[in-house]
Amino acid sequence: MKAFAALYAELDASTATRDKVAAMAAYFAHAAAADAAWALWFLAGERLKRIAGSALLRELLGRASGYPAWLVEESYAHVGDLAETITLLTHGDPQGVPERPLHAWVAALRELPTLAPEVRDQRILDWWKTLGDEQRHVLNKLLTGSLRVGVAQRLVVLAIAQAFDLPADRIAQRLAGSWEPTPDSWARLTADAATDDDRSDQPYPFFLASALEQPAPALGTCTAWLAEWKWDGIRAQLIRRGDAVAVWSRGEERLDGRFPEIERAALALPGGCVLDGEILAWRDGRPLPFNLLQKRIGRLRPGARSLTEAPVAFVAYDLLEFDGIDRRALPLDERKRLLGIALQDAANPNVILASPTIDADDWQTLIAAREQARMQGVEGLMLKRRDSAYQTGRRRGDWYKWKVSPFTLDAVLIYAQAGHGRRSNLYTDYTFAVWDGATLVPVAKAYSGLDDAEIARLDRWIRAHTRERFGPVRSVEPLQVFELAFEGIARSTRHKSGVAVRFPRILRWREDKPAAEADRLQTLQSMASASA
Amino acid sequence: MPEPALIELRPEGLYCAAGDFHIDPWRPVPRAVITHGHSDHARSGSAHYFGTRSGLGLLHARLGANASIDALDYGAQIALGATRVSLHPAGHILGSAQVRVEHAGQVWVVTGDYKRDPDPTCAPFELLPCDTLITEATFALPVYTWPGAEQVTREVIAWWDLCAARRVPAVLFCYALGKAQRLLAELALRVDRPAYLHGAMVELVQRYRDAGVAMLHTEAVSESAKGRDFAGALILAPPSAEGTPWMRRFRDASTAFASGWMRVRGNRRRRGHDRGFVLSDHADWPALVATARECGARRILATHGNTDAYVAWLREQGIDAAPLRTPFGSEESAPA
Repeated sequence: MKAFAALYAELDASTATRDKVAAMAAYFAHAAAADAAWALWFLAGERLKRIAGSALLRELLGRASGYPAWLVEESYAHVGDLAETITLLTHGDPQGVPERPLHAWVAALRELPTLAPEVRDQRILDWWKTLGDEQRHVLNKLLTGSLRVGVAQRLVVLAIAQAFDLPADRIAQRLAGSWEPTPDSWARLTADAATDDDRSDQPYPFFLASALEQPAPALGTCTAWLAEWKWDGIRAQLIRRGDAVAVWSRGEERLDGRFPEIERAALALPGGCVLDGEILAWRDGRPLPFNLLQKRIGRLRPGARSLTEAPVAFVAYDLLEFDGIDRRALPLDERKRLLGIALQDAANPNVILASPTIDADDWQTLIAAREQARMQGVEGLMLKRRDSAYQTGRRRGDWYKWKVSPFTLDAVLIYAQAGHGRRSNLYTDYTFAVWDGATLVPVAKAYSGLDDAEIARLDRWIRAHTRERFGPVRSVEPLQVFELAFEGIARSTRHKSGVAVRFPRILRWREDKPAAEADRLQTLQSMASASA
Repeated sequence: MPEPALIELRPEGLYCAAGDFHIDPWRPVPRAVITHGHSDHARSGSAHYFGTRSGLGLLHARLGANASIDALDYGAQIALGATRVSLHPAGHILGSAQVRVEHAGQVWVVTGDYKRDPDPTCAPFELLPCDTLITEATFALPVYTWPGAEQVTREVIAWWDLCAARRVPAVLFCYALGKAQRLLAELALRVDRPAYLHGAMVELVQRYRDAGVAMLHTEAVSESAKGRDFAGALILAPPSAEGTPWMRRFRDASTAFASGWMRVRGNRRRRGHDRGFVLSDHADWPALVATARECGARRILATHGNTDAYVAWLREQGIDAAPLRTPFGSEESAPA
């Protein structure tokens, strides 16, 4: 694990993308297949589950460090990350301890839950005593969860491509879908082209749009662009190959069984066909609010009632494979034409349909269409260059999301909690409330939106104005008002406030505004009614 | 009956009534004993000062050339009112002192800022037996333990070499008084190449040279020719220079920060520097605990820092301790 721990330290220390890719490429080029497979797994953000609970580790840390529980907790609250706290409070002496490769460490970690408690505890304590700082820290990261080392999947792909002198998009495609950290998978991943044909249910890597940050007319001639609605659903690929159907989410999880009506309808698609689109709760040619779709996401085998209450449809906007041939390099207009042909045969046009394009010869028409977005139940427009290929990952320039301006509200900060990663000893996770009569009711949690200087200033304010502490959470004096933006709002029985907001984030710290002037719950409830 | 406090907290600072003097007062007073030259400890405006002979140059730099200062040798006792007062090495920066006050058979010691790790720029910390210890507690959590300065210096040199190999400037942010000179002195023990200084450091480095501290040869950035290429050069700058137009001349620079706060990753990452070097001029947790135990004091009063955890821990160890609320910031008090 020495090499992997050194890689982790190097990734953690460097801020330049180029250095990170070079460090990973050097590691992958030299690592044994069994170790490289696990390294990739962890770098991709995956974790070993249920190895040792946080409470157990904290108790053991008390034993290992000789400090009482309260001082361990105080240290943890200051550092904000349990793995790092353990690393800082323990001292390992690696003299004479033989190197154990990463895959063997994984096996040792997975064995932990099967051991008698005393044996398990002793083993963890011994590891802390015999591993040097770098290795001990990585071990603690694996014990407590994911590495959180902050490398984008795209960079990992790039590094593997560099190490094995293969095209990056081939690596990306082999990684799409399910991937097991075994030496065999690693061999397939890094092999030459020939072994690709046995992956009949695997999706293509998704092409992601960037947010449009300039005025749309700056993109040039309007007619070079194709506009369509930006749906607020689940991005997915629908795969029809052989006699089977597979549904993959953008998170590259299989969704099979959750949306039986789509799978059934997909059987009518021609074989060797892959569609990219959005799963939406859908009725009478219109999307239903997102929270209805949410009810379906968690249901593995939905019953008759949820099928009628929240019917779904697959709204296709791209075609990646047709007649069993990869069509991603074709221009978008051509892929759209093939999509039309593929859908001609679909049995149920209420369940699988093409996403309509918005005809426009000038930007004025599109600007006006975007204003209508919320009434259409969509988030805005997508702008796609008509001659663009279907690429991999998020590449600026060809696909843009052009969202409508968000809803906003003014809310009062009532709770704060320390963040993770680089914000781990700052209070950066906030809970906001609005007035219901004379009481404040929590309505949103938000993390992002303040700059580092504001975060630091608010952190100091929180520490100086804490009312109570509940574990890692502090309640603060209800004095600070923030303007929050959010994408949608709906009534909810699961929230105390009776409303649920989507994607809340901080727009501004309203230091000019007294808490009494924050929004009322009533206002939010009527917003929810209006957008239902 | 509890003994009366020899040193107490007054609105203007720590005050010794029996000797009628203040220690590091934050408002002007008639007589001020100063522990060291950092700006939150040495404030101008008082009528008369007492400080160490080795720190005299720095005190004049801070308090003005005309400030009235009595310079004392380490260990030399003087009579102030009914008390006997002496200054002893604190190991924090050049000329830094602990204040020992003796009165009616009682000894109180105010540590000021201190560290127990070796430092080539100043006299080593002296352990003073006492009845009551008023101590700093800037890094009073067990996660703060310092690696040896030698190891950290090797890390700095490795980073500098890497920058040289990549042909980019290496900008190392650190406090202008104390840390900068300590780094230059530690580096001088291992390499012989020049380093460049931000203007805020030039005079302070010169004061250390005047005091006979051996450091790397230095040159002011401002005296370099316009358009000079700093590729591969080490530049020391105070944290306040970060993000200023002054930084523009160091294109593609790799940046680093040297401070005790760099021990915790969250602080390291938040600053967004390429490297964080764990180097502090304050006592780490083991040193704070050891000093409390070894000085034999019956009572420990802790100022600035994580006093709560430190006080609670000492009490669990059977040592009487309490926090003493002072507005000392210290140059390292805020992790932001």
